[in-house]
Amino acid sequence: MTYNWDWAILVREPFLGWLIAGTGLTLAIAGLGWAIALTVGVIVGIGRTVANRPIRAASAIYVQVFRNIPLLVQMFLWYFVLPELLPTAWGHWLKRDLPAPEFWTAVVALGLFTAARIAEQVRSGIRTVPQGQTQAALASGLRATQTLRLVVLPQCFRIILPPLTSELLTTIKNSSLALTIGVLELTAQSRQIESNTFHGFEAFTAATAIYLAIATLVRLAMRRFEAGRSMPQAKQAPPMALREA
Amino acid sequence: MNATVSVAVASSTEPVLAQAPLLRIDGVGKSYGTVQVLSGCTLDVQRGEVVVICGPSGSGKSTLIKCVNGLVPFNAGRILCDGVDVGLGRQVDLVRLRTRVGMVFQNFELYPHLSVLENLCLAPVHVLRRPRSEAAERAHQLLVRVGLPDKAGSLPGQLSGGQQQRVAIARALAMDPIALLFDEPTSALDPEMVGEVLDVMVELARDGMTMMVVTHEMGFARKVADRVVFMDAGRIVETGTADGFFSEPTTERARGFLSRILSH
Amino acid sequence: MDAFDWGAVPAALPFLLDGMQLSLLLLAVGMLGGTALGLLVALLRLFGPRIPAAIAAAYVDGLRAIPLVLVLFWFYFLVPLAIGRPVGALPSALIAFVIFEAAYYSEIIRAGIGSVRSGQWQAAQALGMTRGQTLRLVVLPQALRAMLPILVTQAVILFQDTSLVYVIGLRDFMTATSISAEEGGRLVEFYAFAALVYLIVCSAGTELAHALQRRRSA
Repeated sequence: MTYNWDWAILVREPFLGWLIAGTGLTLAIAGLGWAIALTVGVIVGIGRTVANRPIRAASAIYVQVFRNIPLLVQMFLWYFVLPELLPTAWGHWLKRDLPAPEFWTAVVALGLFTAARIAEQVRSGIRTVPQGQTQAALASGLRATQTLRLVVLPQCFRIILPPLTSELLTTIKNSSLALTIGVLELTAQSRQIESNTFHGFEAFTAATAIYLAIATLVRLAMRRFEAGRSMPQAKQAPPMALREA
Repeated sequence: MNATVSVAVASSTEPVLAQAPLLRIDGVGKSYGTVQVLSGCTLDVQRGEVVVICGPSGSGKSTLIKCVNGLVPFNAGRILCDGVDVGLGRQVDLVRLRTRVGMVFQNFELYPHLSVLENLCLAPVHVLRRPRSEAAERAHQLLVRVGLPDKAGSLPGQLSGGQQQRVAIARALAMDPIALLFDEPTSALDPEMVGEVLDVMVELARDGMTMMVVTHEMGFARKVADRVVFMDAGRIVETGTADGFFSEPTTERARGFLSRILSH
Repeated sequence: MDAFDWGAVPAALPFLLDGMQLSLLLLAVGMLGGTALGLLVALLRLFGPRIPAAIAAAYVDGLRAIPLVLVLFWFYFLVPLAIGRPVGALPSALIAFVIFEAAYYSEIIRAGIGSVRSGQWQAAQALGMTRGQTLRLVVLPQALRAMLPILVTQAVILFQDTSLVYVIGLRDFMTATSISAEEGGRLVEFYAFAALVYLIVCSAGTELAHALQRRRSA
């Protein structure tokens, strides 16, 4: 095995610039996608627990469809198929006039895909909050929406914070799929450095190290966030249901 | 069935018969599918009265008390509480009723994510629209009253069961209710903590609070109950004074129940 | 907007079926290899000496922090280098899947073993069993039952992940779909078909996981 080591290429232009730009895009796609995922996921997750049957059914269908089609296929559907199905003018706008269409497609696809997974977490979190909490809140005169907002959801979020953290890490990893529609995020940039320089080892090591650093920072940040919001369980409170991995 | 309008007993010297009762439960029935949980329950509660409801588990006591503030819907009969027809289930009426009739639960149901002080302020601020400072001041007074003045900043999970239940009583009192419903307030507690909770309840009763209490604590019933109601299989089987009920229960079922709980 | 031509899809079916075979091969190897290696890693972490346990932990945490696409690139680059001659994408992909999945399976297995009450260990050892016997005869069978639904869920995720070999040009079902779509210019038809196939297969898997979960909690 012969291999020419040259770690210096990582700090040489343009490759350093590529890595920095790639890291920025990875964070941007994951961050914006996460915002969409949280918003849609919480709404759909609540939708799965309401009494209204059509809303419940629609939410269940959302989860089933977005969770059971691979993210890669969903990216291609948004990128290649959606413009063909829309009225011509809209399709043109998506393909030509929207600035950075690949980027926004990746953000939306990643966000809606992840939303289905978050919805499941939210649903099981809401279920874990004991029925008595709702009764106590209603008994004090709070309305159903106030009960959800002030009593049930705050507890739900504290319960699902650990799985949400791993969901966020998964979102960061999944943002790499944006490279399939031409977004030069971190993984794509490392691949590009490899094919330009044949220094794959250095390039992939750099990308790996950056992903590890991001994951470590996210874990630390979430741990601090969690610590400020602990919710000690009383001895008599019913045991927390096991959550799905 | 002998459960009907009762004569106000013992403690009150004023003639309360002239007033309409605070709570009138009239022929209430409830079923889940084919299972009849309540049938033909009739009971009046006067202002200032303390009514203890006892009976074997599964007799419908908790269900009945939760029908009063509309937490559990029923399908027959009528409940009039503080002028509100509960069975109609109108949101506006129920909210108004629940601000005036507080409830204490078996498992306390304090909000685990909020401090004790925030537990006491949540409904006053969001339902009664009281200014936060005013609600907090009142909360501190109530914590003194239940003997927990230094626990305002604690989270419920850091308190013992007895302390939690006392906080829960304070939380109900924070709405300045005209009546309180207690659903087995001491049955989730370790035995050594029952006393501290009952002491608070006895004091409330002596201050003239209208109370409807589902409990098996016979000492409590003897001390403050104006009436004891015995339920079995979804029906009110017997009502009477505490002394009368414990010394000479009139029905066979009540006798059987009493011998079972007293022999242990 | 052109009229759709769904006729192109049946015509390409044999080609797509070949792709599906490769997808299923990746799934099977990823599952079996990943479980075997994952079990080893989990046992090392739980019962191994300090340093191997720490290495196992670093392996799991490290792999779970990086994207599968990057792992595929890594092995696509490394395997020929290690062997010393080009070997094609398939061996690289198979190795990548086993190594990558093992990190996830080890966490599932570790949680499964952790879910068995400590009284079970004590009861078995009180009967004179060794630690190995206890693990093999008492703990693992219970752990397996506890984690079965999650193993199925993980298999569904793995099946979806097999589509990522697209990035190294392996002709799995997804890549075959993409090739057929580009050839005939029938993107809508082919990608919609692929989505439907994945939806049906993965929904069945998800349903199975739910059923197993319900049977467990019933």
